[in-house]
Amino acid sequence: MNVKDGYFYSKEHEWVKIDGNKAKVGISDYAQHKLGDITYVDLPPVGKAVKQLEILTGIESVKAASDIYSPMTGKVIAVNKALENAPELVNASPFEDGWIAQLEISNPAETANLMNAAAYKTFLSGLEE
Amino acid sequence: MDFKNTVLYNEHIKLNALMAPFAGWNMPIHYGSIIEETKYTRTAAAAFDICHMGEFIVTEDPSKSTLDETITNPVVKMKPLTCRYGFLLNDNGTPVDDLIVYRMALDKWMIVVNASNIERDAKKIKANLSKEAVFEDISEQTVKIDLQGPKSMEVMKKLVGDSIKKLKYFQFDTFDLLGGKHIISRTGYTGELGYEIYMGADKGVELWKKLLADPLVKPAGLGARDILRLEAGLPLYGDELTESVTPLEAGMEKFLDFEKEFIGREALLKQKKTGVEKKLTGVVIDGRRTPRHTNRVHINNADCGFVTSGVFSPHVNKGIGFMYVDADKAIEGNEVVIKLDKGEVKGIITQPPFIKNTSIKYQEA
Repeated sequence: MNVKDGYFYSKEHEWVKIDGNKAKVGISDYAQHKLGDITYVDLPPVGKAVKQLEILTGIESVKAASDIYSPMTGKVIAVNKALENAPELVNASPFEDGWIAQLEISNPAETANLMNAAAYKTFLSGLEE
Repeated sequence: MDFKNTVLYNEHIKLNALMAPFAGWNMPIHYGSIIEETKYTRTAAAAFDICHMGEFIVTEDPSKSTLDETITNPVVKMKPLTCRYGFLLNDNGTPVDDLIVYRMALDKWMIVVNASNIERDAKKIKANLSKEAVFEDISEQTVKIDLQGPKSMEVMKKLVGDSIKKLKYFQFDTFDLLGGKHIISRTGYTGELGYEIYMGADKGVELWKKLLADPLVKPAGLGARDILRLEAGLPLYGDELTESVTPLEAGMEKFLDFEKEFIGREALLKQKKTGVEKKLTGVVIDGRRTPRHTNRVHINNADCGFVTSGVFSPHVNKGIGFMYVDADKAIEGNEVVIKLDKGEVKGIITQPPFIKNTSIKYQEA
């Protein structure tokens, strides 16, 4: 499973890439693999405020409908419109083209509640029997 | 619970299949992508491991056929070398199973049934057959591999020769293949041109490898099979067909031969008179969300039914599904609201199949 350096990860397999007070959010390669083909991403409304590890939005795959939790507290300032007609981008490019939303974050110190790439790799290896 | 493996289990593992339990069997769900396998089946040819399904052989004098009095299929009227879809019903008219009958000779039939129902089907059919009838369950020693898709005839020609062309939809014959004679039928569960191949379990791996060696063929799992059958408007036992519904409610009257005896006939004749309370209908979702098994269906804010199964269709590019709706509201074009586990979506009642102009009836001179 691919894990990208420079990203922070939640135990629910979301990632966040922080750039100043902006943060892009998506799901990890592990998550897209577990979900299977993504068929729908519910893009959250711009302006929506969300707290860290609360539900940001939902995603559907051939297998099930799942929640996506926000890795950080913030406000949605942009969403990836390309996912409206091509949600499979989440499968093909989970860390880049398959990003879901961009947040304006208020507290960068919240990354302390997340894992860096090395810690997430260890976390994943613990999940695989 | 222990799950059984088909003879192709090791082949699936080699192909990195995602395996999961289905009807007591460890079956391949996909080999990488359900959506890609679904699309590939409609453009080329896909091979499916269907070894889990059951096969029975019934031999009896057709002039006093008790099989004819057991199931809804008109087994005595059928022409040899043709297949017919039908049901084994309870006395109350609800299906024990749906099945396909092959008339192999004037006095011999093969019955193909769902994996999860093999034992109870066998018990019920045997109990209704005369002492003279011979019943044999050949499920264990039979391999079934389906080849489905517009290019499947091309593939089969290479395997058994041009004689495969003579098979029309729902016909079958025995063909020379891998050093033996085996049943191949022009049938399937995808809505495409396709074949179902039956042979001894010892030949299963050889046939599977031979099919996949053809560059036109890729393997496809049960995930793709479910989308394909839904797109084609075909019901699944356990979802659309259960012991809580009747074939009349499921819109399957053409598979009931009321001119002869069958178990459940009286109950269904009665229901025909009184009319059905609910009807199986299709639904196309306004958007990409997926209706799922047991979601409630509302029309004009009133609860009036439930979803039996649903998928995202990569060919319709929308969610599609089957649902039972109050009979008076099951009108094509009616707008429904489906209560999903998270949120709700609108949909339009649509008569399946959800895809048209497939290769299913393709014929070559």
